[in-house]
Amino acid sequence: MGGADHPAALRVIGKALRKVDAVAKVTGATKFADDLALPRMLYAKLLRSTQPHARILGVDASKAQQLEGVRAVLTGKDFPIPFGILPVSQDEHALCPDTVRFIGDPVAAVAATTEEIATAALDLIDVRYEPLRPIASAADAVAHPEPRIHEYGDSGNLHKLIHLEFGDVDEGFAAADLVREDLFFFEGNTHLPMEQHAALAEWSADGKVTVWSSTQTPHYVHRALAKVLELPAARIRVIATPNGGGFGGKSDPFSHEIVVARLAMITGRPVKITLTREEVFYCHRGRHPTLMWVKTGVTRDGAITGMHFRSLLDGGGYGSYGVASTYYTGALQTVTYKVPRYKFQGARAFTNKPPCGPKRGHGTPQPRYALEVHLDKLAEQLNMDPAELRLNHLQPPNSLTANYLRVGSMGLGDCIRKVVDGSGWKRKFRQLPHGQGVGFACSSYLSGAGLPIYWNHMPHSGVQLKLDRSGGVTVFCGSTEIGQGSDSILASIVAEVLGVDPFEIRVVTADTDLTPVDLGSYSSRVTLMSGNAALQAAERAREIIVPHVAKRLEVPGDRVVFADGRVFDAQDPGRGMSFAEAVQAAESVVGTVGTTGSYTPPQSAGRYRGAGVGPSPAYSYSACVAAVDVDPDTGIVRVPTIWIAHDVGRCINAASAIGQIEGSVYMGLGETLMEEMAYRENRHVVHKIPSLLEYKSPTTLEMCDVITYIIEDPDPNGPYGAKEVGQGPLLPVMPAVANAVYDAVGVRVDEIPITPEKVLKALKKKGRGDGGEGGRIGPTSFPDIPWPEATRVPPPWEGGDGKAIDQAATLAGGVREERQH
Amino acid sequence: MVLAPKSRIALRLNAEPCDVAFAPHKTLLEVLREDLNLTGTKHGCELGECGTCTVLLDGRPVLSCLVLGLACDGHAVDTIEGLAGAGLHPLQTAFADLGAAQCGYCTPAFLLAAHALLAANPKPSRDDIKQALSGNLCRCTGYIKIYEAVELAAARLRGERAEPAPETLYGRR
Repeated sequence: MGGADHPAALRVIGKALRKVDAVAKVTGATKFADDLALPRMLYAKLLRSTQPHARILGVDASKAQQLEGVRAVLTGKDFPIPFGILPVSQDEHALCPDTVRFIGDPVAAVAATTEEIATAALDLIDVRYEPLRPIASAADAVAHPEPRIHEYGDSGNLHKLIHLEFGDVDEGFAAADLVREDLFFFEGNTHLPMEQHAALAEWSADGKVTVWSSTQTPHYVHRALAKVLELPAARIRVIATPNGGGFGGKSDPFSHEIVVARLAMITGRPVKITLTREEVFYCHRGRHPTLMWVKTGVTRDGAITGMHFRSLLDGGGYGSYGVASTYYTGALQTVTYKVPRYKFQGARAFTNKPPCGPKRGHGTPQPRYALEVHLDKLAEQLNMDPAELRLNHLQPPNSLTANYLRVGSMGLGDCIRKVVDGSGWKRKFRQLPHGQGVGFACSSYLSGAGLPIYWNHMPHSGVQLKLDRSGGVTVFCGSTEIGQGSDSILASIVAEVLGVDPFEIRVVTADTDLTPVDLGSYSSRVTLMSGNAALQAAERAREIIVPHVAKRLEVPGDRVVFADGRVFDAQDPGRGMSFAEAVQAAESVVGTVGTTGSYTPPQSAGRYRGAGVGPSPAYSYSACVAAVDVDPDTGIVRVPTIWIAHDVGRCINAASAIGQIEGSVYMGLGETLMEEMAYRENRHVVHKIPSLLEYKSPTTLEMCDVITYIIEDPDPNGPYGAKEVGQGPLLPVMPAVANAVYDAVGVRVDEIPITPEKVLKALKKKGRGDGGEGGRIGPTSFPDIPWPEATRVPPPWEGGDGKAIDQAATLAGGVREERQH
Repeated sequence: MVLAPKSRIALRLNAEPCDVAFAPHKTLLEVLREDLNLTGTKHGCELGECGTCTVLLDGRPVLSCLVLGLACDGHAVDTIEGLAGAGLHPLQTAFADLGAAQCGYCTPAFLLAAHALLAANPKPSRDDIKQALSGNLCRCTGYIKIYEAVELAAARLRGERAEPAPETLYGRR
């Protein structure tokens, strides 16, 4: 992309600037969804299922309807049309029509003049259930194909089954000096944004509905509303309010958004809903609990000869992003180190729990944790330094992987060297006193998914730019500010190209009436994709202005420079005009000055069924060293310091990049040590702890120090070379800490989170001498799963062209279907 | 349902006299947001668990979701809306410049808790800051930029000409 050619002249890009919305945020002026109120507004509440799995025999809402102040009551029969984020998983209803699938599944809705009346009305609704056997876990789902939670899916209660093979892994294992198998479990956890989801809907008498919502994906909410409400999309306006944290938890279209829209249509009044904290736990869409088995062959020097990876995901009650999540548990194993032969089998189970979906890292933190601990064990067996092992076998830049992912810039080597030097790794590893340890791990993540969620040929991100004679510049983009700084990215890039102050640029985002489509704030796609669209729009605006300034200055166009709010002659900077005068010079001749920019990712190389998940325009890389103190008497693990280096391609805003890295480390630390969605399996899968007090997350007293190194290895696909930074740095934290615990006390906790209880158990096992490998806590078996026939794809170095063998006949249909993910 | 008659209190709100009528069961959080339209004070749980609704009551940080509005009669309440004067408060400037506010949802609460800390202890250690803010959850920042912003603001409030360290904004070299 453009921009990367002239880094020396950069004035805005790379600087540590305030975010454009920072002042609104520090003064409390930012309006989040629940901060909005309209005259005559009604309040909505949802009645949620008390049963994990049941048929609805009847809903009697007559008493609720008679309560004074109640304006409308809705039930499942009001929403016959299903929806869901993926075209292949349209399995949700705004209110359950006939079956409930988890405790918390919405069954009825009320709109009333006050929140208190709406809440009181819920108690008057009588729902009769016929309980069905609940499916409590993925293993339970494998063992019990009946009763089926959904009528669709690959087998019984297995929603999705995947089997991909890139080269003959058995041949790889035969060529290895050492082959090792390991089992790991990663417990589910949730996003826990500080802002509860909220939505406000307004119906106008001319037949249009507006929905303000704390969503990361207004475009997908727009589509779901049009489908379920059977309204032309052009009559629906979705405005994503700034999200008070998202982390993936606000990426699905949700029941409550559809319900308030319908309630507004019925009552003719604005209707607002704000979920309680307990309800946010039921919305969930968080990290899938995942059981993993990995087998890798290596040569004496640590080169991988083949890898076989299996995952079993506990999906909860609905599809959500789950098909994509399942593919992601097998996609990115190949982009960090050379894996010449690779086989992946993945399964996702339906269970009667809140649906899982995309949480920061989406499907990749679980396998990354497994792989990096597995490599630590392999390195020990090979008597190699685990950092050296990785450094010696990096996937090269500008290469294709066995599963046809195209790696561009690749700064992992620099990342490794930075944290190894900075942490004093070589003098600490295996040399610290008992109870202290260091651990090492690496990772990689996408800078946006290469393919859209629904199959289409249109851009993934669009920007419109308005320049007016006052010198004002307005950027319009569908991207959604969730605290990651996406509004600032747009302003910075446009400011860089047009030479204006980024704080003078107006940014209008996330409004389906006003802004061109951007697919949403997920998969770390926004900086690269909306950034490229903004860059194109700004460069087009520059091209419109240049000839008119050049003419007035009587210089060739290539001497015209935009900087510091002026447009001038590069050879005689005193000769020029203000930016406003430059716009006027153009507007006088060509009329209103406006441009558009769009971005579509490059075509991916894989042509097999399932190739749609994994490709990205660019991959970010991270390396991490964690230091731990483990108390052998209590099992408590303290993490004093984490050193992390992240290859961000290029910083658009250095302070924002550091903030994303520190925030990722924080969230990874919480997942490592304490965060878990826990259920009482023997009590009908009741959520144990749907509260902020009982769901433990790190406070200031648990958070570690973070030493951050930014590595800039610009990628030709990124705007100014930028890659992602919002999710990748979370991934290496879990395995680095796990490996450090082993270094400290010699036990392996092959399960996340690493709680004191598990550490103590492992230490006791080690003390008894029955632990093998010095004591281990973790899963001991992987269930038998009815895997489908493998899709066999020869890797590029075996003459492959990205297509599967024997699948030529079915390819067109298969690719089409799978690419929707 | 019969609506309860409203109660009326007088308080000092952001250093100005204020009287307000509201349903007597309401918490201070609800009175601020719903009856006074001061939506800068946020909520994360309404159960006293997250610290997001922190305001100052007679200068001390309290969880406004656990304080009855009626209990504030005759007292002083400070919210985020009163922190800035004609310009930003030094804490706000430091939070903005260092990126201590990401999504911004917990930010008002952190600013008020930090404001109370600096009023009592103008030169807090890192540990003092961690202790003072340990009742406030933030899911975006990992707290580090918040500590650094509080330290920067504290130094400036003491009259020192402090600037953020380069690694705060650009990372280690």
